[in-house]
Amino acid sequence: MKRYAISRNNESRAIIDRIYSDLVRRVISNPSDICQVAVASNFLKQSRSQSCGKCTPCRIGLIKLEKKIDRILDGEGGEALIEELKNIATNIKISADCAIGIASADMVLRGIGVFYDDYLSHANGNGCTSKRITVPCISRCPAGVQIPHYITLLKHKRYDEAVRLIRQDNPLVSVCGLICEHPCEDRCRRNMIDDSINIRGLKRFITEHAFNEIREENAPATGKKIAIIGGGPSGLTCAYYLAVMGHDVTIIERLEHLGGMLRYGIPKYRLPREVLDSEIEFILGSGIHVIYNTSLGIDTTLDELKEEYDCIYLSIGAHGSKTIGIEGEELNGVYSAVELLREIGDEHMPNFTGKKVAVIGGGNVAMDVARTSLRLGADGVTIVYRRRRQDMTAQAIEIESTIAEGGELLTLHSPIRAAGDENGNVTGLVIRKQIASALDQTGKPRVHAIEAAEEQTLGVDIIISAIGQSVEEKHEAIYDNNYDHESGFVVSGGDYVSGPATVILAVAAAKQAAHVIDKELGFAHAIPREIVIPDPVPDDLIACARVDMVERKPSQIISNFTEIEVGMCEEEAMQEASRCLRCDKNGFGELKGGLIW
Amino acid sequence: MVNISINNQVISVPENTTILEASKMYGINIPTLCYLKEINEIAACRICLVEIKGYERLFPACNTKVLEGMDIQTETRKVRNARRMNLQFILANHDTQCNTCVRNSNCELQNLSAQLNITTQPFKPELTKKKWDDTLPLIRDDSKCIRCMRCIGVCDYVQQMKVWDVLGSGARAKVGVCGSTPLNESDCTYCGQCITHCPVGALSARNDMDRFFDDVENPEIITVVQIAPAVRAAWQEDLHDDSLGGNIKKLASALRKLGVDYVFDTDFTADLTIMEEGSELIERLTHPDQYAWPMYTSCCPGWVRFTKSQAPDMLDNLSTAKSPQQMFGAVIKTYFANAKQIDPKKIRSISIMPCVSKKDECTLPKFGSEERGQDVDYVLTTREIDRIIKAASINLGQLEPEEFDSPMAESTGAGVIFGMQGGVMEAALRSAYYLVTKEKPPVDAFSEVRTKENAWTEAEFDIAGIKLKVAIASGLGNARRLVNAIRKKEVVYDFVEIMACPGGCVGGGGQPISGGKELADVRGKRLNALDQNAEIRFSHENPDVLKLYEDFLGAPLSHKSHELLHTNHHQ
Repeated sequence: MKRYAISRNNESRAIIDRIYSDLVRRVISNPSDICQVAVASNFLKQSRSQSCGKCTPCRIGLIKLEKKIDRILDGEGGEALIEELKNIATNIKISADCAIGIASADMVLRGIGVFYDDYLSHANGNGCTSKRITVPCISRCPAGVQIPHYITLLKHKRYDEAVRLIRQDNPLVSVCGLICEHPCEDRCRRNMIDDSINIRGLKRFITEHAFNEIREENAPATGKKIAIIGGGPSGLTCAYYLAVMGHDVTIIERLEHLGGMLRYGIPKYRLPREVLDSEIEFILGSGIHVIYNTSLGIDTTLDELKEEYDCIYLSIGAHGSKTIGIEGEELNGVYSAVELLREIGDEHMPNFTGKKVAVIGGGNVAMDVARTSLRLGADGVTIVYRRRRQDMTAQAIEIESTIAEGGELLTLHSPIRAAGDENGNVTGLVIRKQIASALDQTGKPRVHAIEAAEEQTLGVDIIISAIGQSVEEKHEAIYDNNYDHESGFVVSGGDYVSGPATVILAVAAAKQAAHVIDKELGFAHAIPREIVIPDPVPDDLIACARVDMVERKPSQIISNFTEIEVGMCEEEAMQEASRCLRCDKNGFGELKGGLIW
Repeated sequence: MVNISINNQVISVPENTTILEASKMYGINIPTLCYLKEINEIAACRICLVEIKGYERLFPACNTKVLEGMDIQTETRKVRNARRMNLQFILANHDTQCNTCVRNSNCELQNLSAQLNITTQPFKPELTKKKWDDTLPLIRDDSKCIRCMRCIGVCDYVQQMKVWDVLGSGARAKVGVCGSTPLNESDCTYCGQCITHCPVGALSARNDMDRFFDDVENPEIITVVQIAPAVRAAWQEDLHDDSLGGNIKKLASALRKLGVDYVFDTDFTADLTIMEEGSELIERLTHPDQYAWPMYTSCCPGWVRFTKSQAPDMLDNLSTAKSPQQMFGAVIKTYFANAKQIDPKKIRSISIMPCVSKKDECTLPKFGSEERGQDVDYVLTTREIDRIIKAASINLGQLEPEEFDSPMAESTGAGVIFGMQGGVMEAALRSAYYLVTKEKPPVDAFSEVRTKENAWTEAEFDIAGIKLKVAIASGLGNARRLVNAIRKKEVVYDFVEIMACPGGCVGGGGQPISGGKELADVRGKRLNALDQNAEIRFSHENPDVLKLYEDFLGAPLSHKSHELLHTNHHQ
């Protein structure tokens, strides 16, 4: 009568649940450069604990598999042992009875496929090809910002030094304090105890409390002239470092303001204009010249610029919008997200009062235009996305806040065409129900229309597509070692090279470009790092909640462009900073002087 | 100042002091294992754990800084248990066959086990192995490595060669050559500092003692031994008899007792080096356009190896003079063999050196010839000769000091100080002054080159109108700093002395090991005293050196000298 028994031991169940969630977070904090062969061995051990032992392949095969992997880890067996491993795994996969055996073997097989070189290196006795265990946050930050260091400075209330330290690796400190996607938090080792550190929140706190930042002194003038085409995050970053290195830098900007996607892609309720403007002002303060309203290909050409400058940094971003490719795209009332955000970036606010809006897409930009539409007076916004909510690329918090503000999600629906009236105005978006099915290699599902599903029409006046941007026009070849330096040379970076990406990726690429340019011009400038970081203090590492930042109530902000997020107060920041484990000093970080990544 | 309490004793120490340092100041001992002051403060072994009131966890004393009001207990049951178990963990991964270990009775792990009263081992031993080429001068035994990572610290920070690294992770973390390359294909200079800083027997110099025992008993072979200057400053340490310190003539009689046929003092070729290198310096100064500047000394094989891998652009700056060891080897197998009418092939030329790199240097094909074989057949370290003396049960107390053999019996105070930082420079300057002015300078006119400043010491002298700017550095980290400054033209010198080991040969990688203690200064003082008390203190006054020139070589930089005493560093 088990079916009708009530499990009473709730306490132990709660503890088990906590252990499982600890286990999940433990896996999350696996550094991406951890040895994948060792990971496979450990997963197998975990899998074995799930095996009931009824069937041969799972009961005996899994442990054989694990022992063979361990032999490989011990540097034995060579290529032949990897082949043997594949054979065993394949047999388990095709002959096991249930998912416990099948999925374990499959995981090993996929691992061998992707990490074959690692397996081979181990099996041949040459050890790991992966790098050592690193400081997770620093290694995950594309710009390599010394995160534990600035958190420590914050704890000591040395805010001015903290912001200076960050700017040595990322000049867009305040901007990133507000809108960075913080990959640094993904693998935070603190996950092993409770939760990742709110790194972006701490950075924001620092920028809001540093009032006397010491500016890096520019190196003596080199006499080299560099043109930066495009004043977005990448252009600004490259300009800043080159100026600090002593070069004569001019930004050539197509529009009337600097900032690129920071201004024309990110709404001001996330990135207030005064923050952006003062950051740009600080950067320009390093002695950077700007020429506005000058477009490459129209007002000037690369050849012209090459004559005047020793080097050109091309960072014109990806401001083109991808088309949805549906019938009715030309109707009045169909916009691209890029268009809308550029308009409001220049403070030209269209009036959506009383309009019903459909947004197509599932990324952060889709959320931005949905929330912007609400602020422009829209009478309802529906976000149409063809996959599921968990497949959206937008950050979870963005989706949540959009819903809280009244945005509606319509997932698993694909747009078929825009419907219009005789005047050419949009009247609706025709959609069709989708089914998410087989997963691709990255785990994202493929979707297709449900055969029996009929077309439905969403009655809307405005359709905004937010399905991605593209580079508008490709110019001359990217940086090339064989460039003839006599006549100037071109280096490029940012979205222009990578396609639409994050601010911190643009910063990282631009910083590297600045060093490449400096080197090619015959220099080797480096910003001296003089800030002394206090040592960690004793700590019992007691589990403690992560301080999350709150957002203002939707009803307070839905009708205007007031900043949504509220920064941490001092008490919150201090508690959050105390959670940092100082992986730069504790653990392996200490071995090479606390600066490994 | 910060006020803290250690074991209920209220004390006051400067800010940023570690718990370990604070305890030391007040005579409180905390056991350590992986710790090396300023070189390895990584808290890996977890032996120096202490209790801090208010915390459940224990904290390592070596790298935890004191904070105001800290209440520390260094000897509680909790602390002792943790230290003991961590030591038992380490012992479970260490080959504890102490009886057959080169570090038996001089092992920090052994001592610590005794100190912490380890009499049981609950953990099953699990030893790791790693292949190693046992023909290399430097031997690593993975089954003895306790992963303290001191070798990495010394190589990274002191020598800045970064040869060692942690390979693998977790239970498979091992110390190995960076990038898993074989050691002889790495940039290793064989300075041996990792050996003298290893707490256990994981790192050692190749054992060449059996060759010695075979040779001294072989009637067909004439054994000829030379003893380097720095050996006399340290050989007594492993024999635990301070009275032997500096008493090289007792070592000479011990060697004869062991069956060695001829015993020489490398001081002799140190003097010869000064004649050749000093003359070369004057030649370079006379024709400055024809040479690369500054001139570097070339007596240290670790430094020469460094130049080859780290500063190949500066090979022409090295003096072409061979090291004293190789000069002696060449002289033994030519001049001496000839004088004694011995077939050089029957001579076994053996040197006793404070050095591991010399084991490599003597094997270079250019230091020998078809007719006479290698000029130096093999090298024994100071540690090895001490072991040989012990193994042969020689009672040093009963031995009378004996003179070195002729025709190379004499040496000078200038030769003795070759064994310490600045010594080569000072000896060279003493004689260069004479060679230029034909006058004898006051004997201590140049002693400031042996004072230690920062990364390097510099001095300027005027010798009969020739302005000479010199610099001296020891330790390869300092060598790198100096070489970089010279490259960037931040400094300009005429003559530069560099020794690979901190403090010079007295701190050499082949010297006795004293649990990570830096003894170069103490040993240097011993050499200093020998120089002060020497009858002759100028290389150019060594009568046997002068006789060698008269009878055999002709003059410094002569054709014969070039053939036997100089080398091409591009080979």
